[in-house]
Amino acid sequence: MISKQEVQHIAKLARLGLSQKEIKKFEKELSSILDYAKKIKKIDVSKVRATTHPFFLENVTREDRVKKQKPTLANKLVEATPEKKGRYVKVKSVL
Amino acid sequence: MNLTSLTITQTHQGLLKKKFSALELAKAYLRRIEKEDKKICSFLTVFKQSALSQAKITDDLILQNRKIPLLAGIPCAIKDNILVKGKRCTAGSKILENYTASYDATSIEFLKAQGAVILGKTNLDEFGHGSSCENSAFIKTRNPHDLSKVPGGSSGGSAAAVAADLCCCALGSDTGGSIRLPASFCGVVGLKPTYGAVSRYGLIAMASSLDQIGPLAKNAEDAKIVFQAISGKDPFDSTSVELDKKIHPVKCRFAAISRTAKLFNRVKIGIPKEYFVKGMNPKVEKIVRNAIKKYEEMGMKIEEISLPHTEYALAAYYLIMASEVSANLARYDGIRFGSSKTNSGINPFGKLRVDGERSRTIKNLLDVYLQTRGEGFGEEVRRRIMLGTYTLSAGYYEAYYLRAQKIRTLIKQDFDKAFQKIDVILTPASPVPAFGLGEKTTDPLAMYLSDIFMVAANLAGLPALSMPCGKIGKLPVGLQIIGKPFNEETILETGKILEN
Repeated sequence: MISKQEVQHIAKLARLGLSQKEIKKFEKELSSILDYAKKIKKIDVSKVRATTHPFFLENVTREDRVKKQKPTLANKLVEATPEKKGRYVKVKSVL
Repeated sequence: MNLTSLTITQTHQGLLKKKFSALELAKAYLRRIEKEDKKICSFLTVFKQSALSQAKITDDLILQNRKIPLLAGIPCAIKDNILVKGKRCTAGSKILENYTASYDATSIEFLKAQGAVILGKTNLDEFGHGSSCENSAFIKTRNPHDLSKVPGGSSGGSAAAVAADLCCCALGSDTGGSIRLPASFCGVVGLKPTYGAVSRYGLIAMASSLDQIGPLAKNAEDAKIVFQAISGKDPFDSTSVELDKKIHPVKCRFAAISRTAKLFNRVKIGIPKEYFVKGMNPKVEKIVRNAIKKYEEMGMKIEEISLPHTEYALAAYYLIMASEVSANLARYDGIRFGSSKTNSGINPFGKLRVDGERSRTIKNLLDVYLQTRGEGFGEEVRRRIMLGTYTLSAGYYEAYYLRAQKIRTLIKQDFDKAFQKIDVILTPASPVPAFGLGEKTTDPLAMYLSDIFMVAANLAGLPALSMPCGKIGKLPVGLQIIGKPFNEETILETGKILEN
C-alpha cells in the first residue's frame, strides 16, 4: 500500500499539483498497479544484466563544431515560450 | 471511380495514367473528411490549404512528364505527436494545445521529400498514454466499423482514418502496441518497425527506449512503401541505424525466398503457447487459428514454441515505460513551451498545490511548475508520471525499475532463442476485439491489460505487424506477426499471404 504521505512526496518530486480527491484516488490506484507489478519479484534475476536498450549501442560522436541554423529557427524557439521579455525567457526569481 | 478506397500503388498508377489529378484526389479526401469525420472524430486538425497546394505541385510535375516518387500526391494523415513544421502539434494534451512545431520530424521530411500530401493530424491518447484513444484531451475517436466501440490506442485517429478511407495511409507511433492494437481493432495493417529502423527525431517522446514511428495502411504492400520511405539513419537520432545488409545479413533472406512461392516451406513459423491463454475470446482464438492454418496449408512449417517469460512482460513494460515517461515529461514545465497560464499574477480561481490545499497566488517558481503541470496534464498522464516517479525514487529504483530492466533481458533472450530455429512468430494481436467506449475507463489496470500481447515486441525491440485476419460480426480481428530484428520485409511478405 502507498500512503497519503508517499503520494504527496512523489507529487512534489514530480512537480504535479494534486487535489485532495486525487491524492486519495492515487493512493488506491498506484497501490493496485504496483500490486500487479509485484509479480516480477517472483523470478530470480540475481545473475541477469539489465537491458536499457534493445540492441547493442555504440557511442555516437561528432566533431565539436556549431552547425549553422537559420536565425529564424532561434526566433521561433523563443517565440514558443509562454513568457518572454524581448528575446529573453522570463521566469519567477529562483533565489 | 472511388478515389478514396484506392491503395498507394493504385493511386500512384492512376496519377501516372492521368485518370485523376492529385488535386482532385486531395479534394476527394478533404470532402470525405468533412462529411464522415463528424461521427468518427479521427482528425484533430485538417490542413486544407497546404494539402491542396502540395497536390498542385505534384500535378505540375506530372504535366511536365517528370518522374514522380511513389508517395507523390498521396494523401496521408499524421498522428498528432509527430511534428510538422509550422503546424499545431498537441500530442492530444491541453498542455500543448497551442503549440506550433518549429521544425519537421525526420519521418515527415522523408514524406515531404517524396511529395506526399499531408491532410492533417490525427487524434491520440494524450502523449500516447492509452489503449483506446479515450485519453485524448480533445475528442473521442470512434471505431468506423461500429461507432459504439473504441478504435484502440494510442494511434486510434490514424487507424480509424485509414479504415474509414479518410486518408490513403497514415503514420502512428508504437511504444507498447500503439500502432498494432488500433490497427487490429480497425481492421487495417499496422507496422511497428525494429527499434532504430525509423528516426524518432521530431516524435514527441513517450518512453525513449521503446518508441518507434511506423505506418498504418490499407494493405501490407502500402505499409512497406511507407516504411521504406521513412526508415534509415538520421544524424539527429543516435539510436537510428542504416538498414544495411552488412549489419543485418538476415534481412534479405526472405525477400529472395518470397519471390518464388514454392520455397515457402523454408520459412518456419513459431506459435508461442503463452499467447493462447484462458480468458481469451474463443472467437478470436478460432479466427487466429484459422489464419495459422492457412500458412500451414501453403506448406510453411509450423512449430509450437515457448517464450517462458511472457507473463512478466506487461508488468516490466509498465514499470519501464512509466519511468521513462516521468523523465521525458519533465520538460513540460510551463517555461519553455506549451501552456503556462500561471506564470504571472494571481489566479482568482485558486490553484492546486502538492498538499491538496488551494492557494490563490503563484508565489514562486515551484508554484508555476505545480500548477502548470497539475492542470495541463490529463488524468492518465498524471497517473503514469506518479508511477514512474515512484519507481525511480530512492529506495524503489532497484526493486522496480532495475528489476524490470533485468526481466527485459530475459524476454529478449526468449526471443533470441526462439529465432534460432524459426523465422517468424504468429500471435493474436489482442485477446478481444474492440471494446465499448467507456468500458474500461474507470479501471486503469484493466485498460493496461489490453496491451498484453503487444508489449514484448517493444521490450525486445523487434519488428511486429498487425494484419486483419477475420471479423467477429462487424469487428475486425488482428493477427500479429513478429520478426527478427530488421526483418520488416519478412513479416510484411508473410502478412501479404493473408491478403490473397
